[in-house]
Amino acid sequence: MTHQDEYNFAYLDEQTKRMIRRAILKGLAIPGYQVPFASREMPMPYGWGTGGVQVSAAVLTPDDTLKVIDQGADDTTNAVSIRTFFERTAGVETTTATTDASVIQTRHRIPEEPLTEGQILVYQVPIPEPLRFLEPRESETRKMHALEEYGLMHVKLYEDISRHGHIATSYAYPVKVEGRYVMDPSPIPKFDNPKLGDMAAVQLFGAGREQRIYALPPYTDVVSLDFEDHPFEASKADQICGLCGAEDSYLDEVITDDRGGRLFCCSDTDYCLSRRNAGFQGPAFPENEVTK
Amino acid sequence: MTPLLSVNGITKTYGTHIGCADVSFDLYPGEVMGIVGESGSGKSTLLNCMAGHLVPDAGEVVFDTRADGPKDTVTMSEPERRMLSRTDWAFVHQHARDGLRMGVSAGGNVGERLMAVGERNYGDIRDKATDWLERVEISSDRVDDRPTTFSGGMQQRLQIARNLVTGPRLVFMDEPTGGLDVSVQARLLDLLRGLVRDMGLSAIIVTHDLAVVRLLADRLMVMKSGRVVEAGLTDQVLDDPQHVYSQLLVSSVLQV
Amino acid sequence: MIELKDVSKTFTLHNQNSAVIEVINDVSLSVAKGECVALTGASGAGKSTLMRMIYGNYMTQAGEILIGNVDLVQAEPRDIIALRRDVLGYVSQFLRVVPRVPTLDVVAEPLRSVGVSSAEAEARAKELLSQLNIPERLWSLSPTTFSGGEQQRVNIARGFAHAYPAMLLDEPTASLDAANREVVLSLIEQAKVRGAAIIGIFHDEAARDRVCDREIDVSRFTPVAA
Repeated sequence: MTHQDEYNFAYLDEQTKRMIRRAILKGLAIPGYQVPFASREMPMPYGWGTGGVQVSAAVLTPDDTLKVIDQGADDTTNAVSIRTFFERTAGVETTTATTDASVIQTRHRIPEEPLTEGQILVYQVPIPEPLRFLEPRESETRKMHALEEYGLMHVKLYEDISRHGHIATSYAYPVKVEGRYVMDPSPIPKFDNPKLGDMAAVQLFGAGREQRIYALPPYTDVVSLDFEDHPFEASKADQICGLCGAEDSYLDEVITDDRGGRLFCCSDTDYCLSRRNAGFQGPAFPENEVTK
Repeated sequence: MTPLLSVNGITKTYGTHIGCADVSFDLYPGEVMGIVGESGSGKSTLLNCMAGHLVPDAGEVVFDTRADGPKDTVTMSEPERRMLSRTDWAFVHQHARDGLRMGVSAGGNVGERLMAVGERNYGDIRDKATDWLERVEISSDRVDDRPTTFSGGMQQRLQIARNLVTGPRLVFMDEPTGGLDVSVQARLLDLLRGLVRDMGLSAIIVTHDLAVVRLLADRLMVMKSGRVVEAGLTDQVLDDPQHVYSQLLVSSVLQV
Repeated sequence: MIELKDVSKTFTLHNQNSAVIEVINDVSLSVAKGECVALTGASGAGKSTLMRMIYGNYMTQAGEILIGNVDLVQAEPRDIIALRRDVLGYVSQFLRVVPRVPTLDVVAEPLRSVGVSSAEAEARAKELLSQLNIPERLWSLSPTTFSGGEQQRVNIARGFAHAYPAMLLDEPTASLDAANREVVLSLIEQAKVRGAAIIGIFHDEAARDRVCDREIDVSRFTPVAA
């Protein structure tokens, strides 16, 4: 560990991790508040999860088991490379099973399997400022947060309804935390919004390019913004998973051929696989089953 | 009667340059006061000090708040002052795009202040926005259009609707008819006069257009080099100006 | 109702070598309720100036001008505004209105501003406009485009819409034909009957003789050439 030719545990030096941990603790103390932190250059481009990686690096211990998902999948490039990154720089165990993981870094999804106490969910956040869409001045948005002036957030939803007849925002749907801060939950589908609140696990959000960290401690009150006459609805494709038959999970639409063939399947690959292993089958089986 | 706004000794300097110096006056409910003067006379500085956009070096701006009666807005907390500017105060900018959200529909622009004070029923907000568009003579079928598609006069009327929707008691206007065609100006003046009368608004209008103040303002202050050189009834100041500068100002206007 | 005590007026022209022009000196007069007093005197004697002083339009340098119990010389602008709204009417020779406002609204406005309902104010405005022979098709148009005589009648209708206890009339019958002149004179008579104190300038001698109880020659207040 102290060898010159080896990385420090989890890549970042100890001082940087301390700095990030302080930001995380502050974030946990003020749920939903964006804490500025001195984001470091990481050996991957912005947009690949540099914020999440720094937060993961700061919370990982040698005993942790890490899972990384990208849009719910453990097997996409982004997930694989971040998982490999920590295997090499921290030497921690990795897993694809949600229940086995103690730290889960995610890009744009919350696992279907309910998380438990002791687990940490780390989100990668591209734009932490929910008000930016309508108020580009950072000085002004900070003031708006400070003074709890959130009328503008509803202007965004108003515009949605006036243009589409319903709230068309389907991801990065703004929430209010503990009746105080309005927060961007990162681009998770709004289907996942109800899981944000009252969650047993710790939720940490890291935005690398924007240099912000924010957090939700366990069992935090999180409410999705809406209008009385246009209440929030957690929506998903009105289908069941073609592979495992799940009716309650968030589905991806996969184009299967160039003749209009399509398949809806769980975006959470671990959830889908464990259901199939437990014997559940969707309508797309058995013909399409790929032998493991 | 308690003045709605009581300005005492407002002074603002920019280094050695005087923005405005020792300005005091009382404005009573329902009164419209004009502030005239040439460019650089300090009228905009004064307006911005009163509206909380600039912090004066000295002086008080005491507003008769609904909840707690007269309060100095210069020393009140920022949240409180910002709340005032969303509810009881309105500010009409000379350039509509400074006072509008150009990327948001007309309805959203009008509805913003309602949502800012906690209205959460889309239907109600939209109804009120539509109603206000009609009051400022914008067809209700433009409710979903962005202000970028509006003419200058329409943008200015939209800005007024957006400001008045929460029923403010005091409106600050900075050259509200500046940059508009004469015919459009007349329409706007007519609208403003009607709104001022119907809603019992008090207003402070900064302009260099004496015709505008004659038609809109009950009272007039003439400013020169940051100081008020003359104040009084609008028609008295315009028809029988006493101060050398006011006489020059009035006599310099082309008769039409 | 209207009382002037030792009222004097000077104009100081700062931009013309600070020339000081004394216009009238030591005017004292009083007009009782129901009385109409004519101001007379040659052109330039200061009739209109005095009238404008009584309306608060011109600044008075010395003396007291009491309308009811308000001294216009000392009053705050808002008191003068209230006085003009409720008590003191003025029919000038010129119509000054916001462009584009329909004639009917121009006439009804003084009533609305004292709190009369729109419907009632409009009814009264219509009555006056028909009395003064303004064709109904013009009511919805702005008077800014009207002829001089029409504008004058709109001005009179506006001036008589609200029953002011004190009224100032500057040449109310000028440029009117016989029929309309008759209407205006009867409006003045009606105002007197209801107790209005009126000061007027009439070049029309027959009209003056008919409605005025007294004449005051303003020339006697004019300072001897300075």
